[in-house]
Amino acid sequence: MCGIAGLIHRGNSSDIGAEMTSMLQSLKHRGPDSTGFALYGNATPDQYVLRFKAAEQEDMDKGFGMQDIIRKRKQQADARLAELGASIEVADSATEYSWRYVFRFSGNMRNLADYLEDIDGVEILSIGKALELVKDLGDAETVSDQYSLRSFQGTHAIGHTRMATESDVDIRSAHPYWAYPFSDVSVVHNGQLTNYWTLRREMERRGHRFMSNCDSELIAVFIADCMADNEDLESAMIRSVDELDGVFTYLVATSDQLGMAKDVMAAKPMVLYESDDFVGLASEEVAIRSIFPNEIETWDPYHGEVKVWQA
Amino acid sequence: MASIMHKSHDMGLHTEQLAGRTQQRFFSASEEENYTYPWSFDVDFENHAEFDAEPMSSTEVNLKIRELMQQGVGSITVNNPQAKHALGVGILNRLKLNFAGSLGYFGCGLIDGPNIHISGRVGWSCAENMMAGTVLIEQNAGSTFGAAMRGGDLICRGDVGSRTGIDQKGGTIIIGGRSGAFSGFMMQRGRMVICGDAGKNLGDSMYDGTIYVGGEVEDLGVDCVPGEMTENELKWLTDKLGMYDIEPVCGISNMKKFVAGKQLWNYDNLEPTEKKLVL
Repeated sequence: MCGIAGLIHRGNSSDIGAEMTSMLQSLKHRGPDSTGFALYGNATPDQYVLRFKAAEQEDMDKGFGMQDIIRKRKQQADARLAELGASIEVADSATEYSWRYVFRFSGNMRNLADYLEDIDGVEILSIGKALELVKDLGDAETVSDQYSLRSFQGTHAIGHTRMATESDVDIRSAHPYWAYPFSDVSVVHNGQLTNYWTLRREMERRGHRFMSNCDSELIAVFIADCMADNEDLESAMIRSVDELDGVFTYLVATSDQLGMAKDVMAAKPMVLYESDDFVGLASEEVAIRSIFPNEIETWDPYHGEVKVWQA
Repeated sequence: MASIMHKSHDMGLHTEQLAGRTQQRFFSASEEENYTYPWSFDVDFENHAEFDAEPMSSTEVNLKIRELMQQGVGSITVNNPQAKHALGVGILNRLKLNFAGSLGYFGCGLIDGPNIHISGRVGWSCAENMMAGTVLIEQNAGSTFGAAMRGGDLICRGDVGSRTGIDQKGGTIIIGGRSGAFSGFMMQRGRMVICGDAGKNLGDSMYDGTIYVGGEVEDLGVDCVPGEMTENELKWLTDKLGMYDIEPVCGISNMKKFVAGKQLWNYDNLEPTEKKLVL
């Protein structure tokens, strides 16, 4: 059991950091192991935001030598970014083991991602013009405070509270997943995929990389694979409902869209609220009600249903 | 109808074959079906109380309802339930209970006797294992609506999610709108009335019971077959839906009936006591 939530403000920017924190905190009982946010801010042309980590949170307990290892990994990452011609304009560190870079780059993004992740222990959480993906161990308020997310302004967001069932309790297995190598595409998922290994092998043969053994990562890779064939988000999601086997409800976001898909048995929950200027979705209505205390009309999307909203 | 019968055709279940003795009992709509426990509270329906659930936990709300019943309050309004989970559960008492708002998951489960009105929506598993009384929801409902329900009337004026009435063992479920996939899955007794469309695999693996549908059926589940509507049933539908002011768009006379083909499970004509004698 995990909790997922999404929101989209149509046509304007809002306090999505605080709103998503509130929604995910109210879903804490569905997954206390880790919390993740994919927040979509206001994009600047030619400027990318990179979120990456050089260690797991649990690695910090391995002694003083770990600090040196992390420092070396970061130096390597900086050198490789410079080598590829990326110009770093802002460099923030939210924790001892993760960073947020704002940079300009005109080269091949896949090469950049592969070159950075070639460094032992370095994992890219997200690259995007609008997307900032943050995930760590703990509940929503802990992660939100740790990364100062409450003041984040933007148009849409998705988030996840994880109860680990099929892989480890670590940042690598936490959601959301970035749909490598597509900038600004992220996925959160509640459910189990039963044809994970079959599809994973197929995707690996097609050149995709997997960073974890979490079945949810497959959805991000699957969507990325469809989009590599120039499919739009909605048709990629419709195809996923046919080809992914198991029980699932997932949310996917791009720089200007938010989508939802539900398996053909409708075995995983999702509650939806939609008004003219706002769409909110969550595994439980309490999450939506945490930002809308007054009575609202909500409903369950149906089996096999796919919906996409524009920001 | 032919397009929705392919699974039944594949299994050779294309006609209604009520081979075993039916477990279905047909009550009249006016018949008293409610029972009370000897330890239930003596309440006065004219004695009304209301409280705000916003600052309270689910447990506190349920204990407050119990405390009011102990004091003889027979009519309670709970304001601002705010979609909290497991509200109004385990009430084994006659009571008029009104939730002014929406409930979360597992609302009104394991109840035996109260008449509950919910002005908003309910989440998953509303009225699970309900034994008697009525639960009326003005808006929509989530999945597994009325799961393992045993008695009473459970009504949703809007749409409901998937697996409605899964393992239903009695009582009546009425849906004003449409119902999702696998409605009536492994249904054992009771009646389900879907005024709108029904999702795929309707009545899959049902043992017994009856499903009435006003709209289109996407797909029939294994061993669910069309049945023949009787005059008695049309009268029952008219009375029952009239009680809650609900009417299918197609009109009651055009509703379709679905029952168990009784070929999937091992049926015989013996009641359990008769079986003991034989064995």
